This record gives sequence, C-alpha cells and structure tokens, in this order.
Amino acid sequence: MREISFQQALDEAVAEEMRRDPRVILMATDFTGDPVKEFGPSRVRFTPISEAVVTGMGLGAAGCGFRPIVNWRMVTFSFVAMDQVVNQASKIRYMFGGQADFPVTYRCTTGGGIGLAAQHSQSPYSMWMHVAGLKIVLPSTPADAKGLLKSAIRDDNPVVSFECSRLMTATGPVPDGDHLVPIGVAEVKRTGTDVTIVGLAYYVAEALAVAEELAREGISIEVVDPRTLVPMDADTLRASVRKTGRVVIVDEAPATCSAAAEIAALLAEDPETFRALRAPVRRVCAAPVPVPYSPSLERAALPGREDITAAVHEVLKQSV
Amino acid sequence: MALSTTGMAQMLRTMILIREFDERAIRLRVAGKIYGAVHPYVGQEAVAVGVCANLTRSDRVTSTHRGHGHCIAKGADVRRMMAELFGRVDGYCKGKGGSMHIADFAVGMLGANGIVGGGLPIACGAALAAQLEGKGDVTVCFFGDGAAAEGEFHEALNITSAWKLPIVFVCENNQYAANNTVAVQHPGVDIAAHAGAYHMPGVIVDGNDVLAVHAATEEAVARARRGDGPSLLECKTYRWHFHAMRNTPPPDTRPPEEIASWKARDPIARFERDVRERGVLSAPEIRAIRERVSADLDEAVAFAEASPFPDAKDLLVDMYA
Ligand SMILES: Cc1ncc(C[n+]2csc(CCOP(=O)(O)OP(=O)(O)O)c2C)c(N)n1
Ligand SMILES: [Mg+2]
Repeated sequence: MREISFQQALDEAVAEEMRRDPRVILMATDFTGDPVKEFGPSRVRFTPISEAVVTGMGLGAAGCGFRPIVNWRMVTFSFVAMDQVVNQASKIRYMFGGQADFPVTYRCTTGGGIGLAAQHSQSPYSMWMHVAGLKIVLPSTPADAKGLLKSAIRDDNPVVSFECSRLMTATGPVPDGDHLVPIGVAEVKRTGTDVTIVGLAYYVAEALAVAEELAREGISIEVVDPRTLVPMDADTLRASVRKTGRVVIVDEAPATCSAAAEIAALLAEDPETFRALRAPVRRVCAAPVPVPYSPSLERAALPGREDITAAVHEVLKQSV
Repeated sequence: MALSTTGMAQMLRTMILIREFDERAIRLRVAGKIYGAVHPYVGQEAVAVGVCANLTRSDRVTSTHRGHGHCIAKGADVRRMMAELFGRVDGYCKGKGGSMHIADFAVGMLGANGIVGGGLPIACGAALAAQLEGKGDVTVCFFGDGAAAEGEFHEALNITSAWKLPIVFVCENNQYAANNTVAVQHPGVDIAAHAGAYHMPGVIVDGNDVLAVHAATEEAVARARRGDGPSLLECKTYRWHFHAMRNTPPPDTRPPEEIASWKARDPIARFERDVRERGVLSAPEIRAIRERVSADLDEAVAFAEASPFPDAKDLLVDMYA
C-alpha cells in the first residue's frame, strides 16, 4: 500500500469530496496546496480573520443545502466563535425540531508538544463533547484521518474534526480509492491480554511503542483507539477491558472532565466491565496547566512514554 | 511638544535595537536555540517607536503575536525578553510564555497575544481602568490590518467611543494578514475609514516615518488624556520578512518588486538621514549606537544562555493567586 503523510491524507479527503459533490465548499484564511486552482474561487473562499462570522456562515450555508468545510486552522481560534458553535451549531437542528440538516464540517489542529505554548497547544475536545449536538472525530493515522474526514464531510450533522499537530508529518499506509472510515467505530490497533491502553491521537503510536517495549518484559498490551469521541464506541472499549481486566487511558488533555474521564466512566458504569476489572482504572493525562513554552516544562506537562509504562506497571501491581 | 535632541537619538537607538533583536531571533530560531514561532517586526519599527515615544511608564499598551517591537519600545529589558525566548527562568514569564505571550506589566506592556484581535478587549479594559483612576493615563492598542476584520475590533471601537475611554487604536497596516492582502480581506484598503462610523477621528499616517507617527500619536494621546475619547490611527507599513517561522523561514510569496519598493523606504535609513541632516547625530555617533546595540544583544543572549531552564517541579506554580 502507498504511504502518505497525515496532512496529505487530509488534503486528499477534501479534494475527493469536492470532486464528488459540487456542494462541498471551503472557507479558511489559508489552505494547504492550491485548491482554488482545481475548484475555483467561488467554492474555495479565503476569509478575513473572522472566526465567529465564518463559523456561523458555514452553519447557515449548510442549512441552505451546501456542505461547507470551515477550517479554523487551530482549535485555539475556534474559541472566538464559541457562540456560533455552542449556542448555534450544536443546538440548531434539535431546537428547530429537525426541520433541516446542517452538514457542516469544522476542522482544526489540536495538541501540544511542538513548543507553541499555552494558547496554541490545546486539546479541548472534551469541551465540545460536553455540548450535545456535535459529532467529534480524532484520528491517529493517515488512513483514519482520510477516512474519517471523508465521512465527516458526508455526514448530515455538524462534525468537528480534530487533527493532531504532532501527527501532521507522520506517514502511513492509506488504501487507494474511496477510503471511508465510519464515524463512531473504534479500532483495536494491537491485540494483547494483560492491559488495555486506550490512546488518543498522538498517544496511539506512543502506546504502541510502549506495548512493543513491554512485550520484551513479557507483558501483553492491547491498544485501542476510539477514533471518534462522539459518538463513542463504548462496546469496543468495554470488550477489550473485559478481556484484559486492566486499563490505562492516555491523552494529552488535562484529566479534569476529559475524554479520558468519559472513557473511564463508560467502562466503570457498565456492570459486566466493572466485574471484569482487576485493577483501578488509570488515566495518564497532561498536568492541569496551560501548556508551558519551555521544553523542560512542556515535557513535564504532557504525558511521556515513561508515564505510560509506569502506569502499566502500577495497574499490574494493584491487580486483585 | 517638540522632540528633543536626546529624544530623537533615543528613538533611533530603539528602532535599531528592535530590528537587530528580531534579526537575531530569526538566527537563533534557525539554530534551534529558541523554540516555537517567531513573527519578525522588521520593517515596522517606526510604528512602535513613534507611538511609544509619546507614552509614560504608567501608560499601557497591548500587543500582538508580532510583539517584540512593542515590548522594546515600551521599555522592556531585552535580556529578560531574550531569556523568555530561550525558555529560561529569568525570562519575563519564567519561560512559561515564549514569544507570543511575552509581557512586562511593570512597564505597562500588558502582553503579546496569540489571538488575532485578542488584545483589543483587554486594552479597552485598561483604558476603562485609566478613566476610573482619573490620572490622565492612556492605553495604546496595537493590532494588525487582519485584526480589523474581527468582531472584537468593531466592538472595541464602539464601546470606547460611547464611553469616551482614553485609548488610541493603532492599526499597523502592513498590507498583509499572513498571506492575504488587505484587499482580499476588506472592502476598502483604509482601516481608518471605520473611525467615522464610531464617531472618532481616523488618521492615516506613513508608518515608515517615525516623526510622522510620533506627531499623529501626540495628537491622539492628547485627545485621550483630555477625556475626549479614542482615536484610530492607521500606520501604513510593511513587514520585510515572512509572516512567521517555526523551524525554517518559509518562502516569501509576495511580489519581489513590492518587497523591494518597501525596503527602499526603510524607516531606519530614513530616520538616520533625518537626524544627520538635523545635526542630532553624526555618522560616527550612529555607528557607535549600532555597535552598542550589538553588544547589548550579545549580552542579552549570554544572559539568556546562562539562565537555567525551569525546573519541572515548578510546573504547577503560578496557576492561582
Ligand atoms: C483569532 C485568530 N485567528 C487566526 C490566527 C492565526 N494568525 C496568526 S497571525 C495571523 C495574521 C494576522 O494579520 P494582521 O492582524 O494583519 O497582523 P500581522 O501578522 O500582519 O502583523 C493569523 C491569521 C490567530 N492567531 N488568531
Ligand atoms: Mg498585517
């Protein structure tokens, strides 16, 4: 299979969906590649730096039959459009009794680890998970990035696509042709029997690397990637934990009210999974601070492989 | 108030310091000694310096992602700025902020800002505080042409005019927001034209002429200090370098003739000519200033390099008062 980067996979997804459906339009302050060349300036719009109005325009155009893709570029900038996301996009369909569909896709990069400091290193997906009414995807590989973004564009609801900054240059195999990954389906990225590691985005590959190291110590790790945060594929996560009896959840957002917290709850409140648990559910998340700039502090704030490894050893030690 | 001889010499020195600081920041970033993003202010020095020369220490400014120039012009110490870029404990933010979140509240520099338009509401708050304090202090709010498309810009002009707050809005129209020209972003190329709708003076000034910027600001600051409310000053200028760099400088996508024509209007060369013709400084004196700036920056880099990285045990420090 051909190998392409995460960024190329995302660009392919957009281009293919634009070819497939003339109602797909783009709005952003800038684009990778030159989409104007192929699709023209009426479908590819360079916007002013006006996140609030552009976010609302995406929603409005979606309600009037278009399939807009609004790229905030960084999740940082989406906060300027909070009203449009929280009070409008997430609620508009339900609030109006399902009178119309709003097939808009909001895209943004997310995550830290590249020295961009507090405002530009955020992982706030759980804030959006909390606002009922949005679908949320968070891929960890180029193939998933392409397949999920294509599904997001075809979905008839507002979907937020979180695209991890640290993964942009990561490469991986991506199938040729119309490659779709369904929204709401997790994937077991490695099978194992002793401990389940649920990783998000960048931390899927980190979990796989840790699993490889621990295999040498005779510890068998299963790595599960939810891939979609809303709707969350609780069945796949629970099935894995019922098998291993132990779970470590890894994410670069702080733990409080996080996706990791939600996953922990989904596991613990399921009677069958609860009975299968042999150790406390464990989270490995970022420190509860804005991501600091200095490399020494940034490393300390975000989870590292040694934190994941230590957590695995701990849940093994704590096992009943 | 006419500028004194020492005032002009000081302004020239500050302009040179700003330029050399950012040229060095680029080299340090390429060398991997500093991290994150660098947004050079090179080419726009006359704006920060011409504006801030009208301010006292108790006046305040808010800045942008392209904030090093505003910081230096407002009187921040380049050693502590450099230490911040190096991510060290002696930086202004103890290494927690970096280039885009640099601030020195002691000199009234209320912060760079990684959010386009994000500084405008904060500046309005500072101006409200100044009005309430009644000591005649003013706030200057620096922002780019791109920020004028944000709702916050319009909200800021509206409320400060309605409340007659002591604030000067300084739009640095450097012709681009990232790769987009002003014409792509706005229905008209003059940001100052918005002033009329908000019932305040809107003044366009040559942002590469530090004396013109100084004079226009003087009037706007006087109006604010008198209690007559805000003004919008639009400084037409140009950034010489790329919008932003991370690991390597990105290629420039702007027309080469355009870049060349603006470089021919170098604000520093122009002011150097001015001060020589007025007999304020001689050519050897200017050379001495340049050497001094270079030595100061060597010292700033040495200071930064000697400062330790923050200890991980301080990760949770500074969260709450
Ligand atoms: C709310 C927000 N949207 C987008 C960005 C990304 N961004 C950073 S600087 C910039 C261009 C700003 O242009 P302008 O205001 O003219 O300032 P200049 O860079 O020219 O100094 C953009 C789009 C941001 N930082 N904040
Ligand atoms: Mg600009």
